[in-house]
Parts: sequence; C-alpha cells; structure tokens
Amino acid sequence: MDIAVVLSWLLGLAVLLPLGSFVLIFLFGNHMGKGGKQASVCATGAILSSCVLSLIALVIWLNHHPPVGHGGHGDHGDAAVSTDGETSESDVGTDGETSESDVGTDGETSESDSHHGDAHHGDAHHGDAHHGDDHGHHHAEPPPSYFREVYTLGDFGTGQRISISVYIDTLTICMFCMVTLIATCIHFYASGYMHDELEGEEYVDHEVTMDDGSHLHRPGRYHRFFQALSLFCFSMLGLVLSGNIAMTFVFWELVGICSYFLIGFYVERHSASTAANKAFIVNRVGDFGMIIGLMALWGSLGTFSFGGDDGIFAQVRSPKNEYALQTPDGMVRAAAHEQVAEVVMAQGQDATPEQIQAAVAAKIPEWRDAETSGVAGGYGHWLMIIAGVGIFCGCVGKSAQFPIHVWLPDAMEGPTPVSALVHSATMVAAGVFLVARFFPVFTPEVLFVIALVGTVTLFLAATIAITATDIKRVLAYSTVSQLGYMMLALGLGGWLAGVMHLFTHAFFKSLLFMCSGSVIHAVHTNEMTEMGGLRKKMPWTAYTMLIGCLAIAGAGLPFAITIGHDYYGFGFSGYYSKDAIVEQALSFRNTNPAWGNVFFLAAAGGAAITAFYMFRLWYLTFAGTPRDQKRYDHAHESPPVMYRPLILLSVLAIGVAWGPVQGIVFGLIGLFCFGAFYLISRSKGTAEDHHLPANPLLVSAGISGLVLVIGLIWTTPSLGDINLGNLLEQARPAGTLPTEEAALFGMTWPNEHDSHEAPIRVPATWIAFLTAFGGFFMATMFYGLRKLDAAEAQRAFSPIHKFLLNKWWFDELYDYIFIRPCHVVSGWIAKFDRTWIDGFVDSLAWVTRVFAGYWERIADQTLVDGFVNGIAAITYRCGASLRRIQTGNLRQYVMFIVVGTVVVFALASFWRYALAQ
Amino acid sequence: MSLLTEPVGVSHFLVVGAVMFVTGAICMATKRNALGILMGIELVLNGANINFVAFGSKYLREESLGLDGQLIALFVIVLAAAEAAVALAIALSFYNNHTTIDVDQADELKG
Repeated sequence: MDIAVVLSWLLGLAVLLPLGSFVLIFLFGNHMGKGGKQASVCATGAILSSCVLSLIALVIWLNHHPPVGHGGHGDHGDAAVSTDGETSESDVGTDGETSESDVGTDGETSESDSHHGDAHHGDAHHGDAHHGDDHGHHHAEPPPSYFREVYTLGDFGTGQRISISVYIDTLTICMFCMVTLIATCIHFYASGYMHDELEGEEYVDHEVTMDDGSHLHRPGRYHRFFQALSLFCFSMLGLVLSGNIAMTFVFWELVGICSYFLIGFYVERHSASTAANKAFIVNRVGDFGMIIGLMALWGSLGTFSFGGDDGIFAQVRSPKNEYALQTPDGMVRAAAHEQVAEVVMAQGQDATPEQIQAAVAAKIPEWRDAETSGVAGGYGHWLMIIAGVGIFCGCVGKSAQFPIHVWLPDAMEGPTPVSALVHSATMVAAGVFLVARFFPVFTPEVLFVIALVGTVTLFLAATIAITATDIKRVLAYSTVSQLGYMMLALGLGGWLAGVMHLFTHAFFKSLLFMCSGSVIHAVHTNEMTEMGGLRKKMPWTAYTMLIGCLAIAGAGLPFAITIGHDYYGFGFSGYYSKDAIVEQALSFRNTNPAWGNVFFLAAAGGAAITAFYMFRLWYLTFAGTPRDQKRYDHAHESPPVMYRPLILLSVLAIGVAWGPVQGIVFGLIGLFCFGAFYLISRSKGTAEDHHLPANPLLVSAGISGLVLVIGLIWTTPSLGDINLGNLLEQARPAGTLPTEEAALFGMTWPNEHDSHEAPIRVPATWIAFLTAFGGFFMATMFYGLRKLDAAEAQRAFSPIHKFLLNKWWFDELYDYIFIRPCHVVSGWIAKFDRTWIDGFVDSLAWVTRVFAGYWERIADQTLVDGFVNGIAAITYRCGASLRRIQTGNLRQYVMFIVVGTVVVFALASFWRYALAQ
Repeated sequence: MSLLTEPVGVSHFLVVGAVMFVTGAICMATKRNALGILMGIELVLNGANINFVAFGSKYLREESLGLDGQLIALFVIVLAAAEAAVALAIALSFYNNHTTIDVDQADELKG
C-alpha cells in the first residue's frame, strides 16, 4: 500500500481518537463511574492509542526514509519521494557544485560520505568561499514529505480552493510522537493530580471564600477536566497534521479555546477566570496579525496549501529556481497592479485573454527584480514581508513572545497538569512549530524580526524568572525564555537548532512542570519561600526535577568522547539543542558583527541566567532546611501514578537527543540507576511503603524501551545516523540551508551547517558550557552553599530587583497604555449611551406609547370591539325572540307540525307546478 | 268516473287512510286529555299503515311494493305498541305528580 495513505490514516486516526474521547465524555461524562472517574480511563486510553499509532508511524517512516548523517542531506535512499531526481544527478555530473558543508561537518562526514558514492566524495574538498553561491544546488532537494488532499471544501474556479489536507514530513511525525508521548504521561499524572475533583457533590475549593466566610462547595469536575484535555489533544494534533494554513488556523483557535477552558478550570477563583480571559484576549491580538498574513497569502497566491505543485512552498521556493527564495508571481502581480494595468491597456481591445496573460507574465521577472523595477526588494517583496510577519504575529501570541508574553505566567492559574501540557510542551510549542513549518516563506527581513523578538523575549523572561518566588511562575517565565531561544535560533537561520530545542524543551519542561505539580500537591502552596528540604520527603520528585534542571541548563561534558580525530560532547538533551543555538548565534555574529553581537550575547547570557534560576528553584525547594515546618511535616511523596510519568519523562529529558547507541548504553545504565535508587529508597522506607512492593512500571518500561530500540535497529540499515538531530535535519525545508542575503538591508544569514565547523563549534561549546556553569555556580553560592546572601544582593540591587519583581512593569504598562485609556473611552461611550442613545430610545418609546393609546381607543375599542359586541347582541336578540315560540304546549306543537307540513307541501307544489314551468 | 262506480282499488284504500290520518291529526291537535292524544297518534299511524298495506298488495296493483309494504306496516305496529307503552307510562307518572292528564298543564318544557 502507498505509504502516504498508510501514514495519513495512522496519523488521522491518532488525531480523531482524542476527539472521540471528548465526545464520549461530553455526552456520557456524568455516567462514568462515581464523580466521572472512568473519564480519565477514556481520555487516557485515547491518547495512549494515539501515542502507539504515532510510534508505529515513526517506525514506518524510519523504515522508508532512514535519516542520514549531516553530510548526507538525504541525497540517497529517497528516490520514491524525491520529485526531482535530476538535481542529484546534476550534482554528480557538474564539478564544484558540492557545498562547503561536506567539509564543514566534522566527524560524521566521513561516515556519511561513504554512503554518498565516489562522485560526491571526490568533490568534497572543492567547497570553499567562492562556491558560496552554489550552496543551493547540493541541498536543492525537497525533504521527504507527503501532501494529501482528503476533501475539497470549496473550489472558487480560478485555481483558488480550500481543502482538508494533510502534510506529513519528519517534523509532523516527530511532533506527533512528542505531543502524544507527553500528553499520555500527563493524562496518567492528571488522573492522580485531579483526584480531589472526584468528591462527587462536595468538592471544597479552599481558594474561594464566599460572602459568609465559608469556602466554596461545588460538584467535582473530574470528567470535565479530561473532556477539555481530550479536546486539547485533538486540536494540537490536528494543528500539526493540517496540510494548509486555513486548517492550521482553525485548529490554532481550537487550541486557544481549549487553553481558555483549562486555564479557567477553577472558574470560581477570580484570578483563574481573569487569567483565562487574559490568555484568550491577548492571543486574539496575535491572531489579528495572523489573519492579515492569511489574507496576504490568499489574496496574492490563491492557495492555503503547504504542499502540492501550486502550494505556498512550491510558489515561494520553486523547484525551477533551485528552491531559492523568490517572490511568487502572484505577489508580484498583486504588488505591481498599476504596471499590470498599463500592460493590459497597452495590449488594446482586440487582445485575447491568453495574449494579455502572456504579456503580463513576460514582464513579471522584470518587476520582481529589485534593480529593473526600481523598487527596494522588487515588487511583492513587501507583501512577502507582510505575510511572513503576519503569520509570525500569530506565533508571537501563541508562543508568548514579547510584547504579548504577559498571558503565559498568569495562565499558571490552571491545574498543574494543564500547565505542563498546554503551557510548556505543546500549545506554546505550536507557535514555534508554525514558524518552523512556515520557515521557507519567511524572507530574511522577517527572520530578523523573529530573531529580534526572540532575543528580547529570551532576555526579558529570564531576568524575571530570577526574582519570581512562585514555583510555577519561575517555570512559566523559563518557558517564555526558552521559547525566545527557539525563536532566536529560527530567526538566525538555525532551523534545526530551533526545532531541536523545541523537542528537547518539551520533554524537560513538562517534566519540570509535573515535578512542581507534585510539590504543590504535597505542600499545598506555590511559594518557594515556604518550601525547602523537601528532597528527603519526596525523593522521586526531587531527583527527577534535578534531571529536568540539568537538562534545561544544558548540562554536559564538552568534548568528552573521542572517536578518531573527532570529539563529541556528551550531555543531557538540552546540551545538544542549546549548543546548536549558541553555535548558530556565533556563526551569525561572524557574518554580521553589529546585530550578531546582540543576539550572541543574549543567547550566551540567557544560558547563564537559565542555569541560575533553575538551580535557584531546585535549591529553594528541595535543598537546605525547611522554612515552613508545618508544611514540611505535611508533605509526602506523590502516588505512583504521578511519579511514574516523571521517571519516563526524565529518561526522555536525558536521552531524547541521543542516537540509538548512546540510547542503549546509557538507557541500560539509567535503568540500572533507577533500579538501584528504587531499592535504596525501599530499604530506607522513605517513600510511601504501601506503593512499593512490585514496581511493574520499571519492568514494563525497560522491556518496551528495549523492544522499541531493537525494532529501530532491525528496521534501519544505517543505525548510527538515527538521532533527533539527523531525523529533524531530514525535514529541513528545501532551499533554506544556503546562505541568504536580506534584500532591504545588508545582513547575511549563514548556512547552518557552517556552525558545526570547528572554528565556530569549539568556542561556542565552551562559551555555552562556561556560562551555564557560571549560572549554576552562582546559584550554588547563593542558595546551595549560602556563601553569599541573596537578601543582601537584593538590597544592593534594590531598584533592579524591584523592577524584575514587577515583571518589568509590563502589566502596569499595558494597564496604562491599553486598559486605562480603554476604560476612559468606555466611560465616554457609556455616557453617550446613557444620555443620547438611551434618551433617543426612551423618547421613541414614549411617542410609540402615546400613539398606541390613541390607536387603541379608535381602532380596538370602537371598531373591533363594536363589531364583536354587535354580533353578540344580534345573536342574543334572535335567541330571545325564538324563545317565545317554545311554549311547551303539546297541542300547539302538533298544530305547528301539521301547519308546517301543509305549508311545505304547498310551497313545493307551488314550485313544481307554478314557478318551474 | 267516480270512486263509487269503479271496483275497489288502491285509491279507495288511500281515501280511507287519508281520512284516518286527518282524523288522528285533528284529534291530536284538539284533545286536552293525554289519552285522547294517544288515540289520535294511533289513528295517524294506522292511517299510514293502510297506505303501506294497499301499496304492498299484489291484488290491488300490478307493480306493488310487495312484501316491503307489509313489513313496514308490521314494523309500524310494533313501533306503535312500544310508543304506546312509553307514552302511557309517562301519562301515569304525570298523573301521579299532577293528579291530571291535561296536556295544557304540562308546559314545563317551555323555553
């Protein structure tokens, strides 16, 4: 069977299963056990099945498109998908077309070159600076992707149509696996975390105080929670699978509304309902920009589709143009409409439409070119920028980027599983995902905007996270900051770095959120100032969270492993992705010193701040002595259903960026360590004893992990090349790798593979390592060893501390700029409404009332009533007069009969004989 | 040609029936005694019966009603008997209440 069909069915089913679960719980949630207990089984089963389907899809994909090392770039093995086989052939034939990157990538080059064949290998050393223009050729091959239109929604005749379609490439598959895996963990976790909601009629919300001083009593909403969670999973997966931007937008909004439901889950709490509103409204601001971008695309290109021969990607980066970025014809025509009109007029009235079209088409290259058209960037370039920035606006809203990042920290009002799912791993990832998906359409100018926004966000959120004391808010700002990292990487042309960080971040951030939820569950407060020393009480949570902190800080040993002449770092997943970002920033700095310095400093400084605030969080929560003895005594380890997902996620947070070899080796070591830890904790009896006998999770996770790994080995010919980086490299949009120049200002976007060259890679790795270590060191000095006094530092930098504690005054700023003026204007309008509109309406009502009074007297009382009463009177009088005949006298009746008969007879005779003749 | 000269036929019966009918009707309209009225009713009914019998007789008329006429006559007799039973019961009851059977006193059904 066709692999495209198989994959679209598998993934389509994976999308629809959560929807089915949503419908089931929506309809029958009240009948699912006590307090809707079975709803969690329904939702978890659905997402677990989706997860299994996604993993199957991944295995199928790996089987058909085995990833190759960085040197390979999919040159071989993808003949089934590759739409132009000529490109690779021409590569072989023409001398000097091989890119630098063959030389540039160290280590793996030698391996992958052996896959290449001799022709490539021979060319490998040709790449140098003056071949920079030829970068495109080598990579000018589309990534393996499948685009299927399932159903046409609307066809507008002139090639403009909207359809339900799916776009499947490696990114889609990887996103599916990531989202479903994390969502499954979170569903399990939530079934434990939301246990309180099972209380049937009597859930007591201690955070809501009623007027009479008592706490709010309300029915539990366990099944409602899982209902929203299922709908959320459905929309997120649909968003990832959708094959056109219109569908993406629909799912985009669905994700938004689900997050609204989930943030406002404790709707009775004022803060929660406000936060839900804030998230929803702020997101609308971004979506407004996105709609503008959509209009720019639809109006000029007439399509929303990603793939296909006339899809957006094919129009912007046409195969005929070696996948180089080019303003599409539609945009040129739309922008140069005056010139088009001139050409049409010049053709005269006799010209056929074909002639006119040909004449316009002949002029398009001239208009597109910046020099011949005399317009900066050529006609249509600005339209491209508008479309790109518009789409990016939507991503800014969804991914909580500056300047509309304010909603995400407030969104922590939702239950913690929601924070883990919605606000760390998946929903906010949607924005980054869309940027990655739309990457081929972004011009360098748009990329610059993205990088700028990412930089500001990264720095701003990281600094706020330093001073926050609410454990979830630290994580929220950390999320915002890491999203800024991803945007920065994408904006600097580091597609792989940004997307890879999206994946690694998803795992460790959901881990961190779930750990913080576990802590909150235990101590019933979010304030880190009331925690401390908790690692003795809750070892599972503490050490999985430590793993998360290490991962997000990018802990690793630079150049620890030596293979031949090459050396590799070895570390947690965050180490790989963050290093890639710093490398790309350094590479960008080398080509553009001015702005590059800003971006690079932000990336490196951000690494230090990240390490600082994460370890600050860990030390404050788990290390030291308890600051609130009562809460400490009350604390306990969470039930297994909550900490087991933590273990799975921590394994992934460590090793998601590893290849299978490291995976097997270190996975076994990791399993061994967990087993040892488990045995120790059991012998000490620190964790809850009644949960401990038999730990099927470790066994089953170990077995299934081994089976999966063995399956991967079995299905894949080139074992050494499977890792997250190579897998995602496979999805890199065609033509986005080569160096690009901005048309409107002088900046150069370097080839991402250049950043892996030793001159960039070595300093970048050391800088990233040292900054992160510096942050860790500072945090240890302040909060771990307490050699330095944090309170003193606060006093010394009191204005800055106050500034950060108040989140750069953003809420206040927006309050002054938008909310207050809005209130003032609303006040005016309300006044106008009350005096003028109300007055007008009231007087209109008065006139109507008076008129109706007169009309009632004339028409109703006189005419209608008179008519009805008259008929009644006549009937009454008739009856009264006929009454007299009925005397009751029998003889008289007989006389009437006789006389009547005679009269009838006489009349009949008279009729018959006199009148009729 | 008059009725007196020709042989007895349907017309003679009709004359007798008509006389009985008119007599009965007048009797009903003029008698104040309820029993008198009942007698008038019997006369009317039997006057009609004579007509049916005459029209049903084969001997008097070639294209007679046949048995239908005789049956209707029998039916009317049964009807008259039933009617007389009910009427006499009403009369008796009325006498018990008013010690008279003068129908002019019985005007309680006046509208």
